[in-house]
Formats: sequence, structure tokens, C-alpha cells
Amino acid sequence: MADTTHRRSGHQVYNDLHDTPEFHELRKRYRAFAFPFTAAFLAWYLLYVLMSNWATDFMATKVMGNINVALVFGLLQFVTTFGIAFLYSRHAAKSLDPLAKELEERYNREVGK
Amino acid sequence: MSTQTLTTVLFLAVVALTVGITIRASRQTSGAADYYAGGRSFSGFQNGLAISGDYMSAASFLGISGAIALYGYDGFLYSIGFLVAWLVALLLVAELLRNSGRYTMADQLAYRMKQRPVRTAAATSTVVVSIFYLLAQMVGAGSLVALLLGVDSGTLKNLVIVGVGLLMIFYVTVGGMKGTTWVQIVKAVLLMTGTVLISVLVLAKFGFNLSDLLGAAQANSGKEGFLEPGLKYGATTTSQIDFISLGIALVLGTAGLPHILIRFYTVPTSRDARKSVQWAIGLIGAFYLMTLVLGFGAAALLSTAPDSKVVASGGNLASPLLAEAVGGGEGSTGGAILLALIAAVAFATILAVVAGLTLTSASSVAHDLYANVFKKGTASEKSEVRVAKIAAFVIGGVAIALAIPAQKLNIAFLVALAFAVAASANLPSIIYNLFWRRFNTRGATWSIYGGLISCVTLVFFSPVVSGKGENPTTGASLSLFPADVDFHWFPLENPGIISIPLGFFFGWLGTVTARDLEAEKAYDELEVRALTGAGAEGAISH
Repeated sequence: MADTTHRRSGHQVYNDLHDTPEFHELRKRYRAFAFPFTAAFLAWYLLYVLMSNWATDFMATKVMGNINVALVFGLLQFVTTFGIAFLYSRHAAKSLDPLAKELEERYNREVGK
Repeated sequence: MSTQTLTTVLFLAVVALTVGITIRASRQTSGAADYYAGGRSFSGFQNGLAISGDYMSAASFLGISGAIALYGYDGFLYSIGFLVAWLVALLLVAELLRNSGRYTMADQLAYRMKQRPVRTAAATSTVVVSIFYLLAQMVGAGSLVALLLGVDSGTLKNLVIVGVGLLMIFYVTVGGMKGTTWVQIVKAVLLMTGTVLISVLVLAKFGFNLSDLLGAAQANSGKEGFLEPGLKYGATTTSQIDFISLGIALVLGTAGLPHILIRFYTVPTSRDARKSVQWAIGLIGAFYLMTLVLGFGAAALLSTAPDSKVVASGGNLASPLLAEAVGGGEGSTGGAILLALIAAVAFATILAVVAGLTLTSASSVAHDLYANVFKKGTASEKSEVRVAKIAAFVIGGVAIALAIPAQKLNIAFLVALAFAVAASANLPSIIYNLFWRRFNTRGATWSIYGGLISCVTLVFFSPVVSGKGENPTTGASLSLFPADVDFHWFPLENPGIISIPLGFFFGWLGTVTARDLEAEKAYDELEVRALTGAGAEGAISH
């Protein structure tokens, strides 16, 4: 019967994997993307919120017909969200997944799947 | 056939369809992993649809388009926060949680901490967030269905609440996660189809020229600055700060909503979890872009005079009436069909969201509180699943019992409060646990209870609970308490700007005042498992 408590295994293989250069590289690559991009999109969103509050004249500037800066800025938030999601998937597939898979295989060989 | 009959028929069709797939799903559900996590066998695309179905509540479908119809640009501000939030889930949470957790939000914390205190804390916050959200949905369902059927009767509203409550108990107890997921997938497909259809019809009226649509919306609304920010939130400095507070809670709350988090467990690998979030971002983004068309379309084509139906419904009828208008107008067959269709979509939306919430809280009660806190991990899988089903009954019953009297109260703030609690109590502990080796049991419990208590306390003493006065036309209190009661001292309606930093602060304080060397040592294991998937829970094959 399966154990109902979800907790650490204490298996040595995890410590071994943790010390490999591959794992350090994987963590570095993951953080090098995730952390700066998180800071960037949060700042970009906050800028949008602040400008909606306090730069109303600028936001009301007409760009084309009835389309104003506020709408373009709002739509740009969609564009950057889609863009970052796309960039992340490319980064993950290219730089993270191969390393993660290799480490997982090592674990499976060690522990026996 | 009248719209009312047609709407009723379509409602029943939605019920029949969802009940049918739930029964089908129940035949493939045997163990705990099936019941809690759908056997982890959904594809990234399926789960992306289900996430969208779980996330896009009637509040975002009818509420956002209604807010745009009434307040113009300011209604759009919500949708941006709701969408950008998914990047937090994608970059920081989804994959790591998929690899390191199991069934509930608490699993991921309990992995390296003391089981009982962290599970009690996480289960408390899970149930609180889910009940707040659930209550708002159920009360909304009563008035919405009455509105959509065009019958204003208290009995009907009560019946709808009981009916919706019984249906969600059925989906959750019979179908478990598989049934709930399929209900959410069906809802997402219906919602997307309905919105695309109405959006295209609206845009066609304006020759697919967005600028013309906006111009017509501005002109018909008769409001100065309708296309600019500020109509709703720009009034005073307090309302501006309130808006920032709301914006932060929306963006940080999504990745802390327990009913969203447990969806990441329903796929076989972390790569599928990533794919699900990407699909969800695409679907939710497309949906919010369309609500822009629906909202401005409603402003352009419908009357939003003070005595109009749109205003009387607080904006909730904007989309359904817009569907009627683009279908040929009141009295036309096309109008009746489209109105009934959108009403049925809204109904399906409510059902899918309440099912997800009930499942989440029942899972947490059974897996965290019963199996691990009371039984200390000795409960059998079978008894755990049985308790989950009993918990679904109890939670559903409590939700029905609370929702009926709550109809008379102004509880619209509950959804925003759920996001604020998720961002203040849940997100700090999840982020700390994944990225901070030193984080420990005391830090986890302090951040959860600290965030939760500060959030609820601030809201209790805010204008949403007392002191907002009364609606000048209806005389109803704008706060939770009657208009003549006023004990508020916190000026903001949204506590996030204070409570989220407090949640992070308490987590830090609890951590640095205690030392848990075992939890620190186990961080290696958590980190390897989270990033590589080594040893992560696999899919169940039948």
C-alpha cells in the first residue's frame, strides 16, 4: 500500500546529484532566466498600474483614431506575457530539459525505477 | 419557443452533459492518486483547458465585460492583472510544485518540514481561501441564474443555490479530480466558443475596425474619459492606492490559489505542467482580449442609462444582452438563441468553478487534516478517499447553508479577498520553501497564519465590512454590515499592499528565530527533485 505521508526520502542519491556540476549548471540556467524575467515583468506591470493612476494625461494621448496610449500599453502587457511565456518554453526545452532528464535518469539508475 | 424556455432547456443540457461525463470518469477512478490528481494522466493541453475552466469564473466572464461596459477602460485593468499573474505560476511555481508535491498545497511544505504544524496551517488557509471564493460564486449563481431566466424570485434563487451545491457535491464525490477536470474542460470549450462567436459578431458590426468600436462605445456611454483609466479608481488618492493594492494581490494571488495549484498535479511530468500553463496563458489571454470587445461592444450597442438593465444588474447582464442584440435584438429568434446560449455558458462556468473549489478543500481536509494530522499517516488510502467524499458533502452543505442567508449581504469583496489571502498566506511559504534553504517549520506556519490573519483582520476593519454607507437609489448597504454600523479604521478595501509584505515578513521572522537543521539538509533533496523530477510522483496507468 502506498504511504499516505508525503515526505523526504533521505536517500543519499539526492545529495550526490546535488553536488554534481550538471545540477549546478541546471540551477544556474533556471535561475538566470526565471529571476530577472520575474523582476522585469513585475516592474513592467507595476509601471502600468502606476501610470494608469498618475499619468492619466499621457495615457489619454490618442495614437490612432480612438486608440490611445492606455489601450496600447494594456495590450503590450498581453504581448509581453505571451512573449515571456514563449521565450521561457524555448529556454526550458533547449537549456533545462536535457540536463534535467540526464539527472533524472541517473537517479532512476541509482534507485531503480 | 421563448428565450426563457430555451435557456432552461440549455441549462438542463449542460447539467445532463456534465453529469454524464462525471459518471464516465468515476468508472476510471480507483485509488487516491485518481481521486485527488486524476491519475496524473491528463495531457498538457487538456490541463491547460481545465486550468482556464477553473480560473475564468462567472465574475471574470460576466463581471469584467460588465465593468468595461460601465466604467470603460478601468474594467480592463482587472484582466491584465489576472493574466500577467500566470507568469509567476509559469516561471516560479508550476513545474517545481509538480515535481515536489503530491496531492495538496501542503504536501510541498510537508516534504521537508514537520508534518502536523505545516499541514494544519496550509489546510486552514486552503479551506479559508476556497470557502471565500466558493461563497462568492454560489451567491452569484443564485442571482445570475434568476437574472438569466428573467425571474426575480427569492425561492428560485434559493433553489438554484441548492441545485448548484448538490451538483458540485455530485461532481466531486462521484467523479473526483477526473470528473471535475472534464467538467472544467467542457466549460472552457463552451466559454471560448461562445465568446469567440459573440466577439466576431460584435466586430462585424463595426467592420472589424477597433477604433470605430471604441468611438461608438465612448459616444453611446456619454461619459467623459470612457476610454481612459480613472473613471472607477481615479477619484481619490485612497482609491488610487486601493487600486495598486488590488493589482498586486491579483498578480501575486493566482500562483497561491490552492484550486489552481492542485491542477499542476494532474499531468505526468513537470514539462506537461509547463505546457498546461502555456496553454492556459494563451486561452486566458485570448479570452480577456475578447472581453474587451464584449465590454466595449456592450457600451456601444446597449443602453447604460441609470435605469437600464445593464446598470440594474451591476454590469452582469452586459454580455448576455449584447449576445441578444447582435443576434437580432429583443424578440428575434437569433437574439433569443444567442441569449440562451450565453446564459448556458455562464451557468457551465459557475458549475466548473465551484466543483474545483469543493474538490480542493475536501482534498485538503482528507489528505492533510485527517490522514496526516489526526491519523499521523496511518490512514489507509481507501479510508482517506472516503473521508474526502464525506468532506465534500460537509463543505458543500456548509456552502449552501451560508450562501442562502449571504444573498442579502454585499459579499462581492470575497473574490478579491481570496486572491489577497492567497498572495499573503500561501505564496510566501511556497516561494520560500522552493528557494530558501534556511526556511523552516516556524517560518512556514508564521507566514501562513501571519498572512492569513493580517489579511482577514484588515478586511474586517475596512470599508467593505462596515462604514461605506448605502446605495442612494436602492438604500441597500454598500458594506457587509448594515449601513448604520461603522467600525472601520483601515481605509483600503484591498489589504494586499500591507498584508502581502507582512506574510513575507512573518515567514522571514519565523525562519531566522528558529533553526531546523533537518529541514535545511532536506533542501538538497527538495531542490534536486523540484528541478529534475527525480523521484517525482508518476502517472497512474490503468
